[in-house]
Amino acid sequence: MSGKPKLTYFNGRGRMESIRWLLAAAGVEFEEDFLETREQYLKLIQDGHLLFDQVPLVEIDGMKMVQTKAILSYIAGKHNLYGKGLKERAFIDTYVEGTTDLMQMILTLPFSPPEAKKKNLPLIIEKAKNRYFPAYEKALKQHGQGFLVGNQLSWADVHLLEAILMVEEKEPTVLSEFPLLQGFKTRISNMPTIKKFLQPGSQRKPQPDDKYVATVMKILKEG
Amino acid sequence: MPKAIRSSLMAGKPKLYYFNGRGRMESVRWLLAAAGIEFVEEFLETREQYEKLLQDGALLFQQVPMVEIDGMKMVQTRAILGYIAAKHNLYGKNLKERALIDMYVEGTRDLMDLIRVHHKFSPEEQEKNLALINERATARYFPVYEKVLKDHGTEFLVGNQLTWADVQLIEAILMVEEKVSTILSKFPLLQDFKTRICNIPTIKKFLQPGSQRKPPPDESYVVTANRVFNRK
Repeated sequence: MSGKPKLTYFNGRGRMESIRWLLAAAGVEFEEDFLETREQYLKLIQDGHLLFDQVPLVEIDGMKMVQTKAILSYIAGKHNLYGKGLKERAFIDTYVEGTTDLMQMILTLPFSPPEAKKKNLPLIIEKAKNRYFPAYEKALKQHGQGFLVGNQLSWADVHLLEAILMVEEKEPTVLSEFPLLQGFKTRISNMPTIKKFLQPGSQRKPQPDDKYVATVMKILKEG
Repeated sequence: MPKAIRSSLMAGKPKLYYFNGRGRMESVRWLLAAAGIEFVEEFLETREQYEKLLQDGALLFQQVPMVEIDGMKMVQTRAILGYIAAKHNLYGKNLKERALIDMYVEGTRDLMDLIRVHHKFSPEEQEKNLALINERATARYFPVYEKVLKDHGTEFLVGNQLTWADVQLIEAILMVEEKVSTILSKFPLLQDFKTRICNIPTIKKFLQPGSQRKPPPDESYVVTANRVFNRK
């Protein structure tokens, strides 16, 4: 038990999924505690485990870390996924902010009313095709290595692959005009730790369904 | 002054591209100022300026803020802030201090985001938002920072010198106080913190009239932003 990071979240993707991806890519085994009732959540708050009363929570190296971005940065820094030097970090930070913005749109979709969902999905695909994927295609082209930054896998690459697969679930042909991203997707998916995470039986979570949405809303008492 | 000379004087100073107002760029202005870094600003006033930036490929994701710094055209506020903090010794001394700083700035960011969008709401929505800001500040965020100061026992949130976390907290405190002037009444350590941090020379200077600190958004700021982004 000891030594492995412990993730506390709902049994689904949400904001924790990027953390699962990054730990998996780094080859770090982790445990999960799933929030299923409001009582569990309130107890976490009462016991002072949630700095800002929010999950994700990751217990790692003696810290109770909250705030997804802070957790991801720590994992990246610890496991050599944050580049070499200030400028590589800057590029990685910029790229992950972009993929965060894109994935955030998809993450919140199940929680919006049906009319908004219908309207927003095409807008998300449009943003993916016209704003985000062109930027990463160009970055790969200009950089000329297999990776977005430097010459080894970084947090930016893992996050981009996660984003690509997430958008493809909504629109399978979304990469049709991005040959370098297609090559990137294949290469990164075939890296051993990531390949393992993409196989059935891993801790990767499926797309959110109605039951997941209902559980989250019940626990957080929203809406 | 001849352009060539002006350019060479400008060289080296970060250049900020944004509207003439706070928005997402204000935290960048705060951090540069706290670090004692002079910077220049280009204000977006017309749609043509924005489209030129797009055409020139200056905006990676078609968005501002954008900061030209050390040969990079940086976008994404958080990335820009992280770079400035690391470069100017405001990001702690190791991975764990960074982790604490990261958590703390994400919290103050969430609080400031509530205020950043306030002026976009209708009067009824603003009333609700004000109540939310008050509630979040007094029940979620400020108790946390009050406790951190208490438990940590130094003048600062992390380590024993000024970091990005302190700068962003003071920015958040002042921003909330503009909306709810008595917000710190139950937080004595935050009151002391505010006094101390505001007296740090670089920050004191930034708080004086004539600095590059921007006022809260007014009607003309909203109109300009909408025009530049073609929003209704």
